[in-house]
Amino acid sequence: MAESNSILNPNGLGVNQRHDAWWLSPLLTFLGLGGFGVYSTWAAFQGAHYEWGPYLSPFYSPNIQKMFGWSYPFSFAFVFLWIPLGFRGTCYYYRKAYYRAFFLDPPGCAVGEPAGRAYRGETGFPFILQNVHRYFFYLATVVLAFLWYDAVEGFFFRNEITGQREFHVGVGSLVLLVNVIALSGFSFGCNSLRHLVGGKLDCFSCTANARMRYKLWGGVSILNLKHMEWAWVSLFTVGFADVYVRLCSMGIWHDMRIF
Amino acid sequence: MSTRTFKIFRGDKEGGKDVDYNVEVEEGMVVLDAVHQIQRTQAGDLACRWNCKAAKCGSCSAEVNGKPRLMCKTRLDDFPEGETISVHPIKAFPIIRDLVTDVSWNYEVNKKIPPFTPRKDANWVMYQEDMDRVQEFRKCIECFLCQDVCHVLRNHDKKDQFYGPRFMVRVASLEMHPLDGLDRTKLLKNEGGIGLCNITKCCTEVCPEDIHITDNAIIPLKERVVDQFYDPVQMIWRALTGGNDGNKNPGLQQKD
Ligand code: SF4
Ligand code: SF4
Ligand code: FES
Ligand code: FES
Repeated sequence: MAESNSILNPNGLGVNQRHDAWWLSPLLTFLGLGGFGVYSTWAAFQGAHYEWGPYLSPFYSPNIQKMFGWSYPFSFAFVFLWIPLGFRGTCYYYRKAYYRAFFLDPPGCAVGEPAGRAYRGETGFPFILQNVHRYFFYLATVVLAFLWYDAVEGFFFRNEITGQREFHVGVGSLVLLVNVIALSGFSFGCNSLRHLVGGKLDCFSCTANARMRYKLWGGVSILNLKHMEWAWVSLFTVGFADVYVRLCSMGIWHDMRIF
Repeated sequence: MSTRTFKIFRGDKEGGKDVDYNVEVEEGMVVLDAVHQIQRTQAGDLACRWNCKAAKCGSCSAEVNGKPRLMCKTRLDDFPEGETISVHPIKAFPIIRDLVTDVSWNYEVNKKIPPFTPRKDANWVMYQEDMDRVQEFRKCIECFLCQDVCHVLRNHDKKDQFYGPRFMVRVASLEMHPLDGLDRTKLLKNEGGIGLCNITKCCTEVCPEDIHITDNAIIPLKERVVDQFYDPVQMIWRALTGGNDGNKNPGLQQKD
């Protein structure tokens, strides 16, 4: 019988008794979100190479430059980009992800952290503002409608000789379509939506209206179950869609016509 | 038959140390079996709490290799062969001796939650679709592993301001009950301290009953708190319509 001294689980950043690689998941989250943050900020500042043929980068949607013909002294991506940013920033899943990976609060389960009694969670500024999440959902749904419009437009190419709009399928059309499907899967699995469509009711069977809302709630719940997965997939597709359009526009990549 | 080393905390609130025990292990053994074997053969005074050995009584909570788990539900073959297995008492509650802690704080919290109170107009016919949600919460075995892992209690020591995930589950089971007539939203926001939860989901990760504590209890409750305290449109609507924010089904009595 060997004996070794140990004090019972002291506090302190990173102090833990876990034997597994608990740090891997926050590290990957840090790299994933950090990488996306750096790339999207850079891309939004460019104000160029955001469209090619019928394709429009999702970072630059809606294309108000084209719609209104105004010119902006800055990249117009910023006019609307705060909406999806705010939507994701206040999303319950992303909150979990960045509280763990960026604020180390906690860095992992049963892993120590520094804050002590000063911790206020989401009861004080700034995190109390997370409570506006549903408003970002409303706004993001409007942006999503524009993205659906852009995705459909991505199938209508202008014939360079006749000038006619023609239906074709390019790889880029599919990239934009997959992106908007992923974004919809993310948006419509939102916890706030799940609450608003039916979760707030105490009785699902009491009225015809409640029974209908129960069905809606069930639908949102299915997406909500995989909300984390939708969050990552859609983050990737939205970044990739921008990269794709950008590379086409810069002439580095040639879009392939499938049909 | 092979031998495993267990590093088990021995001590009380005055202090203690990890003690190594070598145990002959057989296929199918769980950590609680090993602890029992140590009690039987090497340390008759090793204190541990257990009852059912079937993951149903919630007594045998401990930290196995640093993770809050039920000792009776943690199989030894979950761990790589030869790895030393450490067993510590749960950290968030005061230690009594060895693996036994004093979890009575939880029972005090429980008393603060107003129990099921039927609506005055309750029609006692219930349908499955109304019960599914609350039945999930009824699976809770009160092992308090979620309370142990929750950083608000564990690291920030906010027991005076936060009820903890187990009791968010209990409040959810009452608030979402179709026949319950009380509104506990204000309690949740104030004494319950739901805002202190930053939905980092460790409670869900450790729950041996696989209750989706965060997604199905805490987040829906947070949304109910938003309805009442943070959503300006709903607040104005309630003021204009005399209290009905659509939260309740028309035709049913308002919660008061
Ligand atoms: S999700 Fe909330 S209640 Fe659950 S462990 Fe994290 S902070 Fe605690
Ligand atoms: S909610 Fe799960 S982890 Fe928490 S006390 Fe109940 S069974 Fe245990
Ligand atoms: S909770 Fe993730 S988008 Fe609303
Ligand atoms: S002994 Fe009952 S839960 Fe483990």
